[in-house]
Amino acid sequence: MDLNQLLIILATAIATATPLVFAAVGETINERAGVINLSAEGTVMLCAMVGMAAALATGSVIPGFIAAAVVGALVASVVAYGTITLKQSQIAIGFVLALLCSDLSAFLGNPIVRVPGPTVPSFQVPILKDIPVIGPLFFQSDLLVYCSYALILVTWVVFYRTRWGLTLRSVGEQPAAAFARGTNVVRNRYLYTLIGGALMGIAGAAFSLDFKAGWSYRHTAGYGWIALAIVIFGGWNPLRVALGAYLFGVLQSLASFAQDKVAVPTQVLTVAPFVLMILVLVLTSASWLDRLLAFLPAETRRTVLRGIRARPPAALGKAFEQD
Amino acid sequence: MRTTSPPQTPNFYRVGAFVISLGLIVLVIVLAGASPVTVIGSMIGGAFGNPDQIGRVFATLSPLLLCAAGLVFTFNAGLYNLGVEGQITIGAIAATFVLRLAFPEGATASIVPPPIAIGLAILAGGIGGVLWGLLAGVLHVYGRISEIFAGLGLNFAATGLAIYLIFGPWKRPGVASLSGTQPFDESLWLGTFGNTEATPVALILALVALALTIIVMRRTYFGLRLRAVGKNLRASYVLGIPARRQLMSAFAICGLLAGVAGALQVAGLFHRLIPNISSNLGFLALLVVMLVNFDPVWILPVAFFFSALNVGSLQLPLSLNLESSLAGVIQGVLVLFALLGRGLAQKYGKRA
Repeated sequence: MDLNQLLIILATAIATATPLVFAAVGETINERAGVINLSAEGTVMLCAMVGMAAALATGSVIPGFIAAAVVGALVASVVAYGTITLKQSQIAIGFVLALLCSDLSAFLGNPIVRVPGPTVPSFQVPILKDIPVIGPLFFQSDLLVYCSYALILVTWVVFYRTRWGLTLRSVGEQPAAAFARGTNVVRNRYLYTLIGGALMGIAGAAFSLDFKAGWSYRHTAGYGWIALAIVIFGGWNPLRVALGAYLFGVLQSLASFAQDKVAVPTQVLTVAPFVLMILVLVLTSASWLDRLLAFLPAETRRTVLRGIRARPPAALGKAFEQD
Repeated sequence: MRTTSPPQTPNFYRVGAFVISLGLIVLVIVLAGASPVTVIGSMIGGAFGNPDQIGRVFATLSPLLLCAAGLVFTFNAGLYNLGVEGQITIGAIAATFVLRLAFPEGATASIVPPPIAIGLAILAGGIGGVLWGLLAGVLHVYGRISEIFAGLGLNFAATGLAIYLIFGPWKRPGVASLSGTQPFDESLWLGTFGNTEATPVALILALVALALTIIVMRRTYFGLRLRAVGKNLRASYVLGIPARRQLMSAFAICGLLAGVAGALQVAGLFHRLIPNISSNLGFLALLVVMLVNFDPVWILPVAFFFSALNVGSLQLPLSLNLESSLAGVIQGVLVLFALLGRGLAQKYGKRA
């Protein structure tokens, strides 16, 4: 395998992973605020359909992305109302929505199956695209991909370097304490659930308007669940989550590259993120890890722990009782 | 606004949510450019129009009942066993393994008498389901991993294994394809009611499982302890209930019933292993049990209604050029609004 082949595989990996980056970073945002949006699988499918339909109706991709984001936020608002206001199980509401939205996409999207529609035009960044290796890898695709880089960085900065991020994390970790300090827990959770849902919607449109260029039934089947797994795999940290998405992209692009050489179909590879997620969880939640790390000096130990530990936000999945 | 209006009874919200859900279903049908009356007529005709269709409703009902009965145990233990799909798949794989052993490629007759082969296949399916359920249980109870993600992961792993087998060791002579393995010899097919798809054995097993579930949950100490664990894990542990064992048994029982359902899908319906052998009936069973609020008594009518919806909707692409996924939309909307109605009743309903 020469350098060119390797570059093609990695560039394909980044392209394949881009919708997943949107979905997984979106889910990271609402989970850090304490709300699991288990509807990801259905939301992505429904928004892929809606994005395509809106783009077909208007002849442009931008209304497609806007419509997809709005529908994604709408589905998330049902999750928010049912779980934050009505305090029902986040798992139950999200799971029902996952099934409902995927069937809804198939039912309503019947007329636009495999209809060719507009796609995001390619846009190579001047100057940057000519840098060897880095250019072909990162700067010869389209605006959506560049937006995904920005999303990862902005989310990380907001999470760990701004007051908003501190508030966001506090309502996911210690909502009672955040409330006592004057934070409106309910409003914050609504806000971040809607933002997360809108990003999942954009992920759906990214599939139908860019990477798969078209829509058909169950076209994105499995990606929503994979996004949920990647959030855990990435330990609820936007950078690591994005890394997880790219790792999955590499696996997929390797698989399609080796398709004619290996008999096993690529579907088997969709197992990989889940097996990795379970392994990561088993390894990092085991008590032997603590015993092993006890041999390290305290300073290093803390860094190592922070690096590998996948600890969910403390109040994840729990309704907030204000009184 | 709501604080100034006089409080309503909890049932007001439950019924209200139900009415809204019906309205939404009508809206979705109209959005697809069809008439709700025609669609409902076509679905009823599609489910009960002829003996074949009625048979198919019962063929869908049996695995649905088995999985729903199993899920009653995990739900009452406070677990969302999304891994039920994978437990069906592993049951189907185990049953296929046994049936292939009983009738090796190239043989002219089954090595053991067919009824014994089928019986062993169903048993193997149950054992496979138990093991897969226990694996999710170990990951959850001892590995401290959310049962939702352990289950989802194991679903993907089970499907991956099925696809690997279909394309690898168990591939059809000639060309491997997603249509599944080579069909079994007809002597290994489970008997049916006439020429329909419904098998009496599957239906009887399903009804027995449901009846036993109701008895265990209502009348036994085991059922009571299970509900205690589900209501408050820590408190029941402190009060001396072996909580871990209860949780593991719930996973095992659900795995057993789902595995048997998978074996029946293979032996009674498809007569071979296909990639989507569960036909998503495990997820549908989750919806059924959520809709009845984990109470096994109401499972039979709801599961029957959902099966009829599934079968009836198969008529839609033929007669009205609509997608058959309308069944899933109706089921999803009903369950979603039942959950929301429950929430509204708890939040705003007047205490009786």
